[in-house]
Amino acid sequence: MFEKTLAELAQGLNSGEFSSVELTQAYLQRIKEQDSHYNSYISVTEEQAVAQAEAADARRAKGEAGPFTGLPIAHKDLFCTEGVRTSCGSKMLDNFISPYNATVVEKFNQAGAVTLGKTNMDEFAMGSSNESSFYGPSRNPWDTDRVPGGSSGGSAAAVAARLAPAATGTDTGGSIRQPAALTGITGIKPTYGRVSRFGMVAFASSLDQGGPMTRTAEDAAMMLNVMTGFDPKDSTSLDQAVPDFTADLNQPLKGLKIGLPKEYFGEGIDAGIAEQIQAAIKEYEAMGAEIKDISLPNTHLAIPAYYIVAPAEASSNLSRFDGVRYGYRCENPVDLEDLYKRSRGEGFGPEVQRRIMVGTYALSEGFYDAYYKKALQIRRLIKQDFANALAEVDVIMGPTTPHPSWKLGEKSADPVAMYMEDIFTISLNLAGLPGMSVPCGFSNGLPVGLQIIGNYLAESRLLNVAHMFQQATDWHTKAPEGLA
Amino acid sequence: MALDRSDVEKIAHLARLQISEQDIPEYTTTLSSILDLVNQMQAVDTADVAPMSHPLDAVQRLRTDEVSEPNKRDHLQTVAPAVENGLFQVPKVIE
Repeated sequence: MFEKTLAELAQGLNSGEFSSVELTQAYLQRIKEQDSHYNSYISVTEEQAVAQAEAADARRAKGEAGPFTGLPIAHKDLFCTEGVRTSCGSKMLDNFISPYNATVVEKFNQAGAVTLGKTNMDEFAMGSSNESSFYGPSRNPWDTDRVPGGSSGGSAAAVAARLAPAATGTDTGGSIRQPAALTGITGIKPTYGRVSRFGMVAFASSLDQGGPMTRTAEDAAMMLNVMTGFDPKDSTSLDQAVPDFTADLNQPLKGLKIGLPKEYFGEGIDAGIAEQIQAAIKEYEAMGAEIKDISLPNTHLAIPAYYIVAPAEASSNLSRFDGVRYGYRCENPVDLEDLYKRSRGEGFGPEVQRRIMVGTYALSEGFYDAYYKKALQIRRLIKQDFANALAEVDVIMGPTTPHPSWKLGEKSADPVAMYMEDIFTISLNLAGLPGMSVPCGFSNGLPVGLQIIGNYLAESRLLNVAHMFQQATDWHTKAPEGLA
Repeated sequence: MALDRSDVEKIAHLARLQISEQDIPEYTTTLSSILDLVNQMQAVDTADVAPMSHPLDAVQRLRTDEVSEPNKRDHLQTVAPAVENGLFQVPKVIE
């Protein structure tokens, strides 16, 4: 049962092989027995899950089940879930029981999905290793001495360890794709604005985007069918028709034009990763794709621009945490300024404080042109790079990350070294483009992710390109050794 | 770009963050190294490039000015640290 994909579980529910209650109980039991190894959940919502599963079975008995009814998933702990703690991996929100649902959660609830619990993450989604979580790091199921990536590290670890068939994640600079790559699962960051940000705790509003983390591209398509769509409650939600993302999965790839940016294959990439990516490209050639060398000349500017845009927006977004309306409040404040300063100083961890300070500095008087405006100009150069490339090719491919998973603590002392791990993912957030990571092999026993980048709103094409690869290879079916 | 202790203290005050004396040296070092990283941007001539704040250059959507939400004050205040008569309580501001 734990090896089944969402699509296979949906068949099992339809055929009566098992009920949603049986499926949900089995997962809850497994989480209880196994999650101490991975720390992938912050909260397990057992009672609500069983109630949702019972409701789903009743709905099916009446003949009213939809494609997602009765399927269990986990939500990253920054999607607000009514009546359940939504911590964002932070002491600041450790006591926050959300009074409302995020649109994404509401959509899954309407579809009849079952929420198993809320997954671990870097504090306020700031991190690439899950080590900044107030609840301790989640661990990589392929080697529990190593990080699962971040910030959606708990969602990635839960799916890889078969503690959830699928989970939601969010991606501001690679936080879906990078952990998916490091744990050997499939993840897609949709076009900016496809998935509503309402009720998703904000980090950098012009970059944040929710998306699915799954075992297969087909499952990601099933998730997107539920998650996406225009939401009047999100001021930057795209008012665009939503296709059936499963409809084009099996389109043949003959004649597909794949661009390989020379900047993604240069120095500093792990040799094992380079080898697996080349092998994946060969696989596509065998399916009839045409390969073209391209250039994205401003790639090296993506991380510098990101570390202005994201912290600047974060410093503004996180000003709402003031110890007054919700969240952590310090003991015995002597005056209002003391209340603000100590609630924030005690409630936020070091990486969050660091980014708030970078953003505050960049937005402070006299620095706007040199930092924020400059970063927004570079953003346009990066977008233009992609526009030029995507005028010539259908998709762009390369490694999702320069290195496989690293040891816990290995990069903690040097924030900039950690930031560099997002070099191939960050530019898509700046441009707002959709991107996907699919498992394509191993480097020294650790999973490698192939990144597939497409044009705006081309999620169906990305899923098709990923699905055909998964029909031809079996990397996505590999499970970590030692899973019970 | 090297920040010094007083820069970090000033930034922390602007951000309303209480940081401890012992953490200031570490923040001074890491914030300086992050600013070195972002300053790579300064090598690029962007004089003729329009800033981009939205990937699809979308503009703010407007709605008609009508009441659309019921008043949920009491429900939303259930998560507040201190409330009295529907008001958030803070330390005394005016003597």
